[in-house]
Amino acid sequence: MADVNRGDRPLSPHLQIYRPQWTSVTSIFVRITGNALLISALLAIWWFAALARGPEAYAVANGVLTSWFGDLVMFLSVGGIWYHLLGGVRHLIWDSGHMLDVNRSEMFGQGMVIVSVLLTIFTVIVL
Amino acid sequence: MRYLTDRKRAAGLGSAKSGTEHHWHMMISSVALVGLVPLFVFTFGRALGMGYEDALAYYARPFPAIVGILTLLVGFYHFKGGVQVLIEDYVHGFARKALIIGMTCLSYAAAAVGVFAIVRIAL
Repeated sequence: MADVNRGDRPLSPHLQIYRPQWTSVTSIFVRITGNALLISALLAIWWFAALARGPEAYAVANGVLTSWFGDLVMFLSVGGIWYHLLGGVRHLIWDSGHMLDVNRSEMFGQGMVIVSVLLTIFTVIVL
Repeated sequence: MRYLTDRKRAAGLGSAKSGTEHHWHMMISSVALVGLVPLFVFTFGRALGMGYEDALAYYARPFPAIVGILTLLVGFYHFKGGVQVLIEDYVHGFARKALIIGMTCLSYAAAAVGVFAIVRIAL
C-alpha cells in the first residue's frame, strides 16, 4: 500500500515559517552570490574580448567598467566572490565532518560575513 | 502495481541517480577555485583600468594569462553545476530542461570567448 499517498504527501514547511538563522541566511546568500557572479564574469570576458579586439573597443569596455557604475558592480562582485569563496570553504569543512554542531556552525556563519567584509575592504585598498 | 517492489521503484530516482558525482565535481572545482580566485582578483584587478598598451603588455605575461584562462574554465564549469541545482530547485517541467541546456551552453560559450580573447592577447 505504498502508493496510497503518492503525490499528496505533506510538504516541508515554507521558509517564512522558520525564524531566520545565521546558517540558513548565509546559505541563501551563498547561492545568490554564486549565481549573481555570472554578471561579473560576463563583464570580465567583455573586457578581455575588447582588449583583444583593439584600442577603440577597449576604451569603451574599460570606460564602462571603471565608471562609477562599473566601480559599484565590481565592488559588489569582489564582496560577492569573497563571500561565496568562504561559503565554499565552509562546505568543504562541513563535508569533511567538522564544525557541524549548532554553536560552531552559527559562529561560522557570522565569521564568514565578517571575514568577507574585511577581505573586501582589503581588496579595495590594495587595488 | 504490485509487481514492482518499493526498492525497485526508487532505484535511479533522486539522489540515487547522479547526485554524488555532481557533488564530487563541485568539490573538486571549488578546491581549485579557492586557489585561483584570489590570484585572479589581484591580477585582473590590477589590469582593470590600465591604458590599452599597458593592459595588453600585462596580459601578454604568462602568469596573469594562465591564471585568467584557468579561472574562466574552472569557474564556468563550477557555475554550470551550481546554476543547474538552482534551476532544478525552482523550475519544473519543460522550462527546467530548456533553462539547464541554455545555461550549460552559455557557460561553455562564455568560457570559450574569454579563453580565446586571452590567448589572442597573450600570443
